[in-house]
Amino acid sequence: MSTIFGIPSQALFGQLLIGLINGSFYALLSLGLAVIFGMLNIINFTHGAQYMMGAFVAYLVLQLGGLNYWAALIVAPIVVGLTGVIIERLFLQRLYKLDHLYGLLLTFGLALIIQGVFRNYYGSSGLPYQVPEQLRGGQNLGFMFLPNYRAWVIFFSLGVCLATWFVIERTRLGAYLRAATENPTLVRAFGINVPRMITLTYGFGVGLAAIAGVMAAPIYNVSPLMGEDIIIVVFAVVVIGGMGSIMGAIVTGFGLGVIEGLTKVFFPEASNTVIFVIMAIVLLIRPAGLFGRAA
Amino acid sequence: MMERVVDPLATAARTKGVRSEAIAFLAMLVLLVLAPTVAYPVFLMKALCFALFACAFNLLIGYVGLLSFGHALYFGWAGYVSAHLAKIGKLTLPYWAGGWHWFVIPLPPLSPELAILGGAATAAVLGLIAGALAIRRQGIYFAMITLALAQMMFFFAVQAPFTGGEDGIQAVPRGHLFGLIDLSNQTTLYYVVLVLFLACFLLIYRIIHSPFGEVLKAIRENEPRAISLGYKTDRYKLMAFVLSATLAGVAGATKAIVFQLASLTDVHWTMSGEVVLMTLVGGLGTVFGPVLGAFVIVSMENYLAEFGQWITVIQGGIFVACVLLFRRGIIGEIANALRVRL
Repeated sequence: MSTIFGIPSQALFGQLLIGLINGSFYALLSLGLAVIFGMLNIINFTHGAQYMMGAFVAYLVLQLGGLNYWAALIVAPIVVGLTGVIIERLFLQRLYKLDHLYGLLLTFGLALIIQGVFRNYYGSSGLPYQVPEQLRGGQNLGFMFLPNYRAWVIFFSLGVCLATWFVIERTRLGAYLRAATENPTLVRAFGINVPRMITLTYGFGVGLAAIAGVMAAPIYNVSPLMGEDIIIVVFAVVVIGGMGSIMGAIVTGFGLGVIEGLTKVFFPEASNTVIFVIMAIVLLIRPAGLFGRAA
Repeated sequence: MMERVVDPLATAARTKGVRSEAIAFLAMLVLLVLAPTVAYPVFLMKALCFALFACAFNLLIGYVGLLSFGHALYFGWAGYVSAHLAKIGKLTLPYWAGGWHWFVIPLPPLSPELAILGGAATAAVLGLIAGALAIRRQGIYFAMITLALAQMMFFFAVQAPFTGGEDGIQAVPRGHLFGLIDLSNQTTLYYVVLVLFLACFLLIYRIIHSPFGEVLKAIRENEPRAISLGYKTDRYKLMAFVLSATLAGVAGATKAIVFQLASLTDVHWTMSGEVVLMTLVGGLGTVFGPVLGAFVIVSMENYLAEFGQWITVIQGGIFVACVLLFRRGIIGEIANALRVRL
């Protein structure tokens, strides 16, 4: 068997693949956080819980309605996005005039409620979710075995990320969005319904988290706790990348996933902490973040 | 600050504030001294440790406007260090000299006051490092950075050999205070914890009302203005952070001695969330709010223990209710209604 740096290439590429997969979840989640932060000025602590809800919607529509993975990929973001719209209308819109901190505290409370309720009904252990039929099996690439589903996750999330980037940076709708981020009063004066735009933005950001959740369901089990730790890692990703740039969030997400994967190969003890260590180093060297504008 | 000296109304408000605070302090003192006659000392000690923890946290959020979402780091790690010092004592530190070596300090198991001191010192050093990193970013990023750093140290606690992983450090001896007073008696221990709590409480009160504290409040109200007045606000913020971390460390170290246990619960992010909740319920930026908030939340957890997992949901609900309906907290609302400072 061939080796690279004394590591069997199978193991190396295997971890690299896992790194890319985690990276695609980091990218989708930090993208959602960045979009929400841009419009609402709120750090959405509920994001991890909404990622978990996405996976649960996939699980439940399969159990109750017999809807498969592909349907779930469409249904979950819509359902979770709608709950997001309700949350925004009921709670978040009351906070826009207050300090940012209250948004964080409120969404933290909501995350506790959502995760607590799911844990009461489904326990802490994971529920299995099958890989869709069409994507079972894999390709032998010669240097490694690539499961089809994992390849799909990477390409699809990359696609979703780029589509989001395209919508925000290159379309008229995106232009309104960016304008409203800069100066909501002025955009309102042009006759655009900014409050509705804010609501939909939150629904959209949350929907991205749900898509990530559906894709995660066959890889990790569906568990009420699945969003709990990932959200903190995503916060670190966001600190590293800075929330000013959409492309920055995507690149940072994938990049850090890969670094985390490689750490698992070369120094497994540090694989849990490497992203936080990188965050500390970035704070020392470039306090505004890699893609951030200085405050 | 100059205006305050000149303006007679402000001076009057200040003396009125001092009076209301003195009355509240005496009431708290009497209640806490008499409390063991009606409640279990262990419950009271737990509440006091959390009260101190919340007061330390409030020093940052209430008076500098910095939301640290990672205060479990100082609370939990101080607990580990003090538990280790009280139980084993011997310190083994790794160092690098062409390869990893162990540097051994052959300490005997220490008496509780030294163990707590060691825990607090650890928290101070951790606070200095984490604080220096976190103050490089403002506002919401500050909260995320403190949370991420605390999570990193949580993983260290899971992996480091001396913390005992999932088991924690168990059967920590309470020992003899100053080698003299036997702490195995619950009531004795309660009054020792009470004295420690009051000392730290008064220290925090002193900090808040010192010229240093006034600068902190200026930073909270308008940092660019404080900078333009010539204050090096980063140094003030860092100092406040270290003080807050150290006092949180005293709380965590004391809790480890009282419960004879240091475990992962105390370094987990849920603990960071809990202290935020206590302070929010009691009243951000009030002197007595965190104390009351800690007692409310600890008793709630005690009496609602039968609901098991629903506690998390209830806590989340309280968070939402506090943020939407009464952001001043219990003490803040009372102070506002009576038009006094508490």
